[in-house]
Amino acid sequence: MEARLLPYFLILPVTLFLCLFFLYPFVLVAQEAFGTENGFSLDNFREVVSYWKFPISMKNTFLLAAAVVPIQLALSLLMATMVTKMQKGRDLVLYIWTIPLGISDLAAGIIWLAIFEQSGFLNSMMVGLGVTDQPVSLLSYQTPWMVFLAIMLAEIWRATAIMLVILVAGIGLIPKEYYEAADVFGASRWKQFTRITLPMLRPSLQTALILRVILAFEVFAVVAALGGTLFPVLMGEIYAYQFDLQNGGAAAALAIIVLIISIVFTLIIMRALRVPKGATI
Amino acid sequence: MAEIQIKNVAKNFGSYQALHDINLTIADQEFMVLLGASGCGKSTLLRIIAGLETATTGEVWIGGRRVDHLSPKDRGISMVFQNYAVFPHLTVFENIGFGLRMQKLPDDEVKRRVERTAGLMHIEQLLKRYSGELSGGQRQRVAVARALAMEPDVILMDEPLSNLDALLRMEMRAELKGVLAESKTTAIYVTHDQVEAMSMADRISVMHQGKIVQAASPIEVYRDPAAEFVASFIGNPPMNFLPAKAAGSGRWTVAGQNFDGPASGKDLKWAIRPEDLGIADAGFGARAKVVEPLGAHLLVTCDVDGHQFRAVLDSELNVKPGDVLTLAPQEGRGRWFDPETTLAVA
Amino acid sequence: MTAVADVVAPDARKAGRGVYRTGVILLCAWVIVPLYLLFVNTMSSPETVNSFPKSFIPEFNMGSLNFFMGFQGILMALWNSVVVAVLTMVMSITIGAPAGYALSRFEFRGKELFRLLILLTRAFPLPLLALPLAVLFIRTGLDDTAFGLSLVHTTLAIPFAVLITFSLFSGIPLELEEAAWTLGCTRLTAFTKVILPLVLPGITASAIFAFVISWNEVFAAAVLTIENRTLPAFLLQTLGEAPLHLKFAGGFILVVPALIFIFAVRKYLFAMWGIANR
Repeated sequence: MEARLLPYFLILPVTLFLCLFFLYPFVLVAQEAFGTENGFSLDNFREVVSYWKFPISMKNTFLLAAAVVPIQLALSLLMATMVTKMQKGRDLVLYIWTIPLGISDLAAGIIWLAIFEQSGFLNSMMVGLGVTDQPVSLLSYQTPWMVFLAIMLAEIWRATAIMLVILVAGIGLIPKEYYEAADVFGASRWKQFTRITLPMLRPSLQTALILRVILAFEVFAVVAALGGTLFPVLMGEIYAYQFDLQNGGAAAALAIIVLIISIVFTLIIMRALRVPKGATI
Repeated sequence: MAEIQIKNVAKNFGSYQALHDINLTIADQEFMVLLGASGCGKSTLLRIIAGLETATTGEVWIGGRRVDHLSPKDRGISMVFQNYAVFPHLTVFENIGFGLRMQKLPDDEVKRRVERTAGLMHIEQLLKRYSGELSGGQRQRVAVARALAMEPDVILMDEPLSNLDALLRMEMRAELKGVLAESKTTAIYVTHDQVEAMSMADRISVMHQGKIVQAASPIEVYRDPAAEFVASFIGNPPMNFLPAKAAGSGRWTVAGQNFDGPASGKDLKWAIRPEDLGIADAGFGARAKVVEPLGAHLLVTCDVDGHQFRAVLDSELNVKPGDVLTLAPQEGRGRWFDPETTLAVA
Repeated sequence: MTAVADVVAPDARKAGRGVYRTGVILLCAWVIVPLYLLFVNTMSSPETVNSFPKSFIPEFNMGSLNFFMGFQGILMALWNSVVVAVLTMVMSITIGAPAGYALSRFEFRGKELFRLLILLTRAFPLPLLALPLAVLFIRTGLDDTAFGLSLVHTTLAIPFAVLITFSLFSGIPLELEEAAWTLGCTRLTAFTKVILPLVLPGITASAIFAFVISWNEVFAAAVLTIENRTLPAFLLQTLGEAPLHLKFAGGFILVVPALIFIFAVRKYLFAMWGIANR
């Protein structure tokens, strides 16, 4: 009797906690988003979508995700394969490469601000090398592509590590025998990568991509530090609705939109990289 | 002093029935081996006795006390596990003394008992080491010492030697038997290795598909298997079977040879151990197919009347594949089985 | 392989190794150089930080840091950050670890559903939770408190705590626990005497991880606190008007504990993220 109830007793705190602080708040967001004084309505959504900043922030968020995620995927795969082959200094290199994992998006934004601000290191270097005579304003409304580049670099710098760690652990789970067998059959390094590593890594790739894509839609503090209002993104707009405009309903509606986008992308990734039952290692 | 009684124990895992109505009594100080192939339910039965698993129905009694509702710590048992389960964060000394510390025995008593059992298992010199610094055989010794230090009424062992290499296993087999005999505890020992079972047990319970097929002394299990399964499971190579045709009351024809046998209305199977066959002037005509020299003996696989038939013969004999041998069974070694019930017929 | 290929191979391999090494070094630099530049800025006087051109060598002047420490409200924000992170760490482990243990040791009805609930949290942008909770907290008096914020941060950290402890406990053979039971332990004493000592380093690592999650979180912190801002929320709020040297010193203070923590848990990083995330 006791043994049968024990597991429920043990998962009870988490379940209660998540119901109270995860499921319930989402119900509240939905209520706030769809509700007005006269019951169910889409007014909040209409308001949010028709606001002039909405298409821009939507476009920016997607553009940033589309620019950043593929590069991070390629980079983390490259780093992960480099590390698995490494004999000396593996631990040190891994430590260095995973440092950004512990760094917040805000700090990452500030770090890249040190490089891109007008009196920053990039300008210092360019002037030092004689590329320009005097410091240029890099993060201004006149140079939107430079703002985008700075945000992109900061995002790549900050959030590649999370994918790297998942992929390195995933590669570690692939039995060495497969590679030895491939060697025997004369498969090249590239063939081994595409025929063994990639397919076997599918569950890890799935996880890494889901985590990363969702984080990409949540991008906020990096943008706030580097672009400010020059580069509106969805999360930033939610924050603005909540604080500057004091419009909770609109903030909730926009939150629901971000939520739906996140879920749709999660489903797409899960479908695209699904692992057939029984085909895991 | 502990006799163990298992009464009508059954165990279901969902819809799968792992044990069917097991009844077994193990005498005080007896060394009982549960023998069977993997999945036969022997480990489940042991774990039910230990209290690590609960029986779906039935009772377990140890030393005249019903224990099936008690937790493992209150049953007066200790156990040796297949993978030794030596605690990695404790020294060998603390491992052996672990159970004693749980009983809150005074330090000097713990020390005395740890040193005594470590001495029994010849690991006195390892007491300060950690499990990571021990070999498989040494870990095995620690596990046994830890169980013995509890001075339990019953010691339960779940395939304790199966992870050791062949030579070490043979050495440990003899040592374990000696130590357990000396400690005077009742022992239940689970194994799939029939040599281990034969050499160590006072009695063997042969298990098959969740049932005990036969519980008897090793020699009885070997000589008088109670069922076809036991006959074909015990002994290496196993018993030979040939169909027997009734030829009048108590008279049987087996592959052209006549034998006296039980009086039975229907056809039976006749069985003989390969070791109980010899070359003779009259007997079965056997065409040798494969000849395997095993050092002391020759194992000859032949064809008798269209049935596969094995004989263990003297290695001095010059037998080649294709030779036709005349094989005769030793007097009184043939056994009879009912093909329908698969049980022995006397 | 032909003879020609055999002759060519060593050179090609040497070149390949050269490319490989350069790649590794460049990627290390890619991570370290921006951090170094932040360090240079932090270690310079406010005047230097705001002047041009920048030197790439730190002058080891504590001016910026002193200014930062003396700035109105910073010490309070720093203290709030620590309190929230510690609360998050304690709550996520005490609530999460039992569930991780249950997942690793028991088969029970609804186990898959529970796992799904845990994994589901990953598919949601959790900081958004802060919006409805802001209203809820005002009603319950939890608004603008460290405890209220730490509840949200615990929601962020709990899925990881559960999955990480699940993999930690799964790494301890059940046999060890059973052995303890047969040696006179109850479920509880077997846990405290055998399992706990073995998983403690891993639990510490996941606790540190929870700390870092909370320490770094900006959005929920900014939404839920007004007076009692955490350091990230404070910095975010002052981004518009604060002088550069305050931003850089603040960024540096944010980064340092993270660096130490990642170093402390590096052994567990892969077990935690890799396995727990599958």
